Amino acid sequence: MAQVEAAPGIMTTADGQPLKLSLQRALRRSKIRAMLLVAPLFLFILVTFLLPILDMTFRSVENQLVSEILHRSVPLLQQWDEKTGDLPPEDVFQAMVEDFKEGRENRTIGRVGTRLNYEVAGMSSLFRSTARKARRIKEGPYTDALIKANKRWGDVETWRLIKRESGTITLSYYLAAVDLRFGSDGSVQAQPENRQIYVKLFVRTLWLSTLITALCLVLGYPISYLLATLPTRTSNMLMILVLLPFWTSLLVRTTSWIVLLQQEGVINDLLVWVGIIADDARIRMIHNQAGTIIAMTHILLPFMVLPLYSVMKTIPPSYMRAAMSLGANPFTAFMRVYVPNTVAGIGAGGILVFIIAIGYYITPALVGGTSGTLISNFIAYHMQVSLNWGLAGALGAILLAIVLILYLLYDKIVGIDNMKLG
Amino acid sequence: MTVQSGAFVSFKEVQKSYDGETLVVKNLNLDIEKGEFLTMLGPSGSGKTTCLMMLAGFETATHGEIVLDGAPINHVPPHKRDIGMVFQNYALFPHMTVAENLAFPLQVRRMSKADIEQRVQRALDMVQLGPFGGRRPAQLSGGQQQRVAVARALVFDPKLVLMDEPLGALDKQLREQMQYEIKHIHESLEVTVVYVTHDQSEALTMSNRIAVFDDGIIQQLASPDELYELPENAFVAQFIGENNRLVGKVTAENGTHCTIDIAGNAIQALAVNHAGVGSVSTLSLRPERVFINPGDGLCPNVFDARVEELIYLGDHMRTRVNVCGHDDFIVKVPNSAGHVHLKPGETVKVGWQAEDCRALDAPAEAA
Repeated sequence: MAQVEAAPGIMTTADGQPLKLSLQRALRRSKIRAMLLVAPLFLFILVTFLLPILDMTFRSVENQLVSEILHRSVPLLQQWDEKTGDLPPEDVFQAMVEDFKEGRENRTIGRVGTRLNYEVAGMSSLFRSTARKARRIKEGPYTDALIKANKRWGDVETWRLIKRESGTITLSYYLAAVDLRFGSDGSVQAQPENRQIYVKLFVRTLWLSTLITALCLVLGYPISYLLATLPTRTSNMLMILVLLPFWTSLLVRTTSWIVLLQQEGVINDLLVWVGIIADDARIRMIHNQAGTIIAMTHILLPFMVLPLYSVMKTIPPSYMRAAMSLGANPFTAFMRVYVPNTVAGIGAGGILVFIIAIGYYITPALVGGTSGTLISNFIAYHMQVSLNWGLAGALGAILLAIVLILYLLYDKIVGIDNMKLG
Repeated sequence: MTVQSGAFVSFKEVQKSYDGETLVVKNLNLDIEKGEFLTMLGPSGSGKTTCLMMLAGFETATHGEIVLDGAPINHVPPHKRDIGMVFQNYALFPHMTVAENLAFPLQVRRMSKADIEQRVQRALDMVQLGPFGGRRPAQLSGGQQQRVAVARALVFDPKLVLMDEPLGALDKQLREQMQYEIKHIHESLEVTVVYVTHDQSEALTMSNRIAVFDDGIIQQLASPDELYELPENAFVAQFIGENNRLVGKVTAENGTHCTIDIAGNAIQALAVNHAGVGSVSTLSLRPERVFINPGDGLCPNVFDARVEELIYLGDHMRTRVNVCGHDDFIVKVPNSAGHVHLKPGETVKVGWQAEDCRALDAPAEAA
């Protein structure tokens, strides 16, 4: 057989094809196979997870409503210098009246009012009442006519607000999400005290999540240790008990906590009956922070136990024995040899519980009362009740950012490769 | 109880049961001298590891007393026993460096920093791992990890060092090398070592004395050569080294010798441990003590044998022959100048001395 001539340095197959090309061809089938296997899940995640997140994040800055509906007056407003303290010129008023007439016909003008009402209270009613009266304005001077319809049109602040919120993107949702707002002069200032809630809620959410994570660790570590050191048959039995909550509806578990913890509930009745507390001094354990902490710790405990268990299972019992044979008393051996080897499990369980807790919604909503609600409850409120999706999006984006930062911190300190989830 | 003088470690009538129904260790009596290298050898489940764990303090004896250096230690917790231990899978702490691993026993003894540093370095040098102190165990090879484990068990100058099948995870070549290293460390430090293994060649290489365990009982306690050449029962003969086993009935006995009948052949053997005339006995005969075509009158036992199989092993030929109805009879024919060349199927004479053929107790399955 003739020797195949090949360019120097390029490996070829027996029939003279470049080896790399041949290898690629051979691997292509398995690559296509892998992609096809992943494709359904990828599409599902894309449609149900990534796109909604992108959409909500976009909504948190998106602000086209005002300029779209007030499409005649907004371009004219751009030429008006709001710093002079004078009202906009007559043509702006005329355009505004026409925008109102069209907006009333299309039933869109109310949305602008709602949007501007997020920034300054009273805007919604201003727009509603003006819309009713605007159709009777037939001729100028439009300035006087509009001010006659509602005297707030004679206030420069109203026009400043419209001009400020006429840009295509806005930061006002993010400012609101951290209890700030734009002042009338366009500078960033704190919300009035009675409207400052979100920073407090973020802090409370972070603090409660930390506390719940710590409680889960304290409660979960010993049981995981027991599970990991018991013989398999016994530990499987106990593991079923740990997993049992997973098989019960979340609502059932949460409501059973209400039954147990409420003031006329099982625990209070028992304490009164035993005589530890007086009948008129029943402890409030539900519909407040305590309820949120108790119920969430219970629900999230398995998420701590499972990673801890899976890590502890891999620690040979000979480590502890070795430490003791080397002269360490059981406590020292445990702290210096066993615990450091479970760091991966503590980290994985901790970050898992914390991230789930920080976004938890149902349990605080049911048992949290007012002092036990978390930020996610307010996100839900703005999604479902106030329909301020921009603010909901901003709050959600901030929450997501906090989680990502914590994740990066974890990666930096513990290393994400060390995480073992099962 | 008073302590017997002389013995450094002694087990006195020690029994151990895990379930309250069967004894894993049955009435163990064992004295270990100071500076001795004693190996507990036996198949898995023979109770040897349990004995070691009782000595280390990780298992409690169900009955009996264990004495270390004159003091009973039954109720001393493991960390106060001052016994170094090398575990089967080394049990090096993966989150510490090699040096930290070695420093651990010294730190828990609250030694000064300078002392610790000096001792750790000395221990590292002893096992030829001087420059490896900063590495993690996972970055070392199996043999290096093994050495660290040995060094860690020795670094705090324990009264006694226990080793639980420490070489089991190594490949054959490394295992042999480590056997010599451990033996040399033992000799140079004059430390008392109790070693557990199921590998007989390991036991023969390293030990001063070997305790052969089976079924929770020490079958024989002797030096390696005695154990190999003078096994006291069928289990030891079979377990240590290669052994031809012939089972027959004792027909006559005169003092030190006896006659065994196997398939109509009368075999002269050394009476060691049989149950008397009429009983079943196992004959133990080392393959290297059998001669092919011995000269007339040299051996009292000469029989016809058909060559069944030849296996070439370089220094010797392993020859399987059929003798007295046993077709698993092995003869080692040394590959020396002018040795007999055998062919499968041919019939030759094989013979052996009565002294090399030991009449022992009946085999377990026939008892």
